[in-house]
Amino acid sequence: MARAPLPVSLSLQRLVLQNSAALAADQHAALLLSGFHPAPTGDALIGDALVNRQVQLEAWDDSGARGHEAEGDQAAIGSLDRINAAISDWVGRNVGRVLLGLSFPLILFITWQASSLYGWLPDQILPAPSLVWQTLQERIADGSLWDDASISLLRVLRGFTLGATAGLALGGLMAASRKLHDYLNPLFLAVSQVPTLGWVPLLILLVGIDEGLKNILVALSVFIPVTLGTYQGIRDVPHGYREVGQVLTFGRAQMLRIIILPAAVPAIFTGLREGLSNGWQTLVAVELLASTEGLGYQMSYGRQLFQLELVIATMLVIGLIGFVFDFLLGRIENHLQRWKVAA
Amino acid sequence: MSMQAKTRRPRLTRIWRAAALPLVLLAAWEASTRLGLVDPHQLPPLEDVVARGWSESRNGDFLTALAASLGRDLAGFAIGAAIGTASGLLLGFYRPAQSILGPTLRVHRQIALFAWVPLIAVWFGAGEPGKIAFIALAAFQPSLINTWRGVQEIPDRFHELAAVLTFSRLDFLRFVGIPAILPAIFTGLKAALIYAWQATIGAELFMTIAPGIGGVMMQGRQLFQMDLVLLTILLLGLVGAGFNTLAGLSEALLLRRRTS
Repeated sequence: MARAPLPVSLSLQRLVLQNSAALAADQHAALLLSGFHPAPTGDALIGDALVNRQVQLEAWDDSGARGHEAEGDQAAIGSLDRINAAISDWVGRNVGRVLLGLSFPLILFITWQASSLYGWLPDQILPAPSLVWQTLQERIADGSLWDDASISLLRVLRGFTLGATAGLALGGLMAASRKLHDYLNPLFLAVSQVPTLGWVPLLILLVGIDEGLKNILVALSVFIPVTLGTYQGIRDVPHGYREVGQVLTFGRAQMLRIIILPAAVPAIFTGLREGLSNGWQTLVAVELLASTEGLGYQMSYGRQLFQLELVIATMLVIGLIGFVFDFLLGRIENHLQRWKVAA
Repeated sequence: MSMQAKTRRPRLTRIWRAAALPLVLLAAWEASTRLGLVDPHQLPPLEDVVARGWSESRNGDFLTALAASLGRDLAGFAIGAAIGTASGLLLGFYRPAQSILGPTLRVHRQIALFAWVPLIAVWFGAGEPGKIAFIALAAFQPSLINTWRGVQEIPDRFHELAAVLTFSRLDFLRFVGIPAILPAIFTGLKAALIYAWQATIGAELFMTIAPGIGGVMMQGRQLFQMDLVLLTILLLGLVGAGFNTLAGLSEALLLRRRTS
C-alpha cells in the first residue's frame, strides 16, 4: 500500500517556522534576563521599529505574537514583577519538594542510627552509620578507594566504548538495509535472550578470568540496548523529515548528519543510557565473581570478612558513580537536542 | 503494489535469511571440529553436544534443574512485581507518596542491582530466602518505574472527560485510570520477568550452590565440560524467549479490547 506523500512544502514550512520562532523567543528571553532593552533587531517576528518592553514580554510569553500596540512602561514593570513572583514561587515550591524528598531518607537514617545506638541489630548485620562513614573516610584518605574506583571505571569505559561502537554500527546497518536486518536480526535476538551472566562460565573457559572476560561481558551488555535503540531510532525518523532532505537535495552524508542523526538522538541516547547502566551493573557482578581488584571485589572481600561497613561504603560509591553516569549522559543528550522546540 | 504481495512473497525469503547466518556458524563449527582446527575441550563437536543434551534430558537432570530455577524465579518475580506494581500505583495516584518516596526510589534505582548481593546474603542468608529476596528486588524496580510512569502519562483529556462525567475517584480508576495504564503495567511486568531471570542466574552463581541451572553451569565449568556449558546457555536462551513469547501473548489477550 503506497503511503500518500506528505505535502513537502508544508512540513518544510513548519520546520522553518518552528525554528525561527524558537530562535526569536530564545533571544528575547536572554535579553530580558540580562535586564537589557535591545535596540530593534529587525527581527521578522517583531517587525516594528518601536519595540518596547511590553512587546518583548509578550513575545517571550507567546512567540507567535506579532505586532502589538504599546501600552506604556507601567505594564512592563507589572510583567517583570509577575516574573519575579513566578520565580520566587518556583523556588518556594521546589524547596518544599526537596525537603519532602529528603524526609524519607532522613527517617531511614534516623532509624538506622537509633538501631545502632540501642543495639537492635548486631554490628555484623547492620553496622553503625558512623562506622560506615569512618570506613569511607579511611578509604579515601589512604587512596585505596580511588584505586579501586579507577580500576572499575577504566574497565567499564573500555567495555562501554567497545559495546557502544559495535551497537551503533550494527543498529545503523540494520536500519539502513532491510536485507541486512533480515539476515542479522534473528541471531541478534537469539543472543539477547540469554542473560548476560549466563555467558560467564563459557567465557571463563574460553578466555580465563582476566581483563578479557570483563571487557567482553561489559561490552556485550552495552551492545544489546545500544543496537536496539539505534535501530529503532533511525527507523522511526518521521517520513516527512526525510522528504525535507530530499527536497533540499541532500546527499547521503548530509541527510545522515543534518536530518537522521538529530532526529534519532532520543532513541539512541535511551539505548546508550541503558547500555551504560547495564554495563556498570554487569561489571560489578563480574568483579564480585571473578576479580582481585575493583569495587565489586572490595564488596565480596568485605562480605567474606563480615565487614558490612566496607560493603555498605562501597555500595554508596557504586550508587554515586551510577548516578553520575546517568546524569552526564542526560546532559549530553540535552545538549544535542538543544535545537528542539519545546512541545 | 498490493499489501498482500508485499508481505506474502518475502515470508519465505525472510525465513531463509533468518536461518542463513546460524546455519553458516553451525557449519563452521562442524567443519572446524572435523578438521581438528580447534581444541575439542574448547569447542566440542556438534554431535557430542547434541548427544549430551539427549542423555541429560532423558535422565531428567536438566528438567529438575530447570524446575528448581523456574520455581525460584517465579517466586521472586511474584513478590517483587506485586510490591513494585502496587507501589507504582500508590506513587502515581497519591501525590504525597510521590513527593516523599519518589526521589529516594529514583536514587535507589541507580545502585547497580548486583551490588545488593553481599548485603542481601548477610541479611537473608545465602540460601533460598536470600536468592528469592534478590530476585524480588530485581523484579521490583522495572514494575515500579513503568507503572508509575504510566500513571503520570495519562492524558489530561482523560481527566477532563472524567470530570465532565462527574466520576468519583473510584469510578475514575475503574473506567479510566486502570485501563489507561494497563499497557505500561505490562511493559513493567515484561521487563520484570526478564530482570528476574537475569537475577535468578546471578543468585545461583553468587550465593550458595543449589539445584538449578546456575549450579549446572558452575559444575560444567569446574569439570571443564564445555558441552554442558553450551547446553545450559541454550536452555537459558530458550527460557528467556519463552518468557517473552508468553508475555507478548498474554498482553495481546488482555489488551485485545483496545484494538477492537
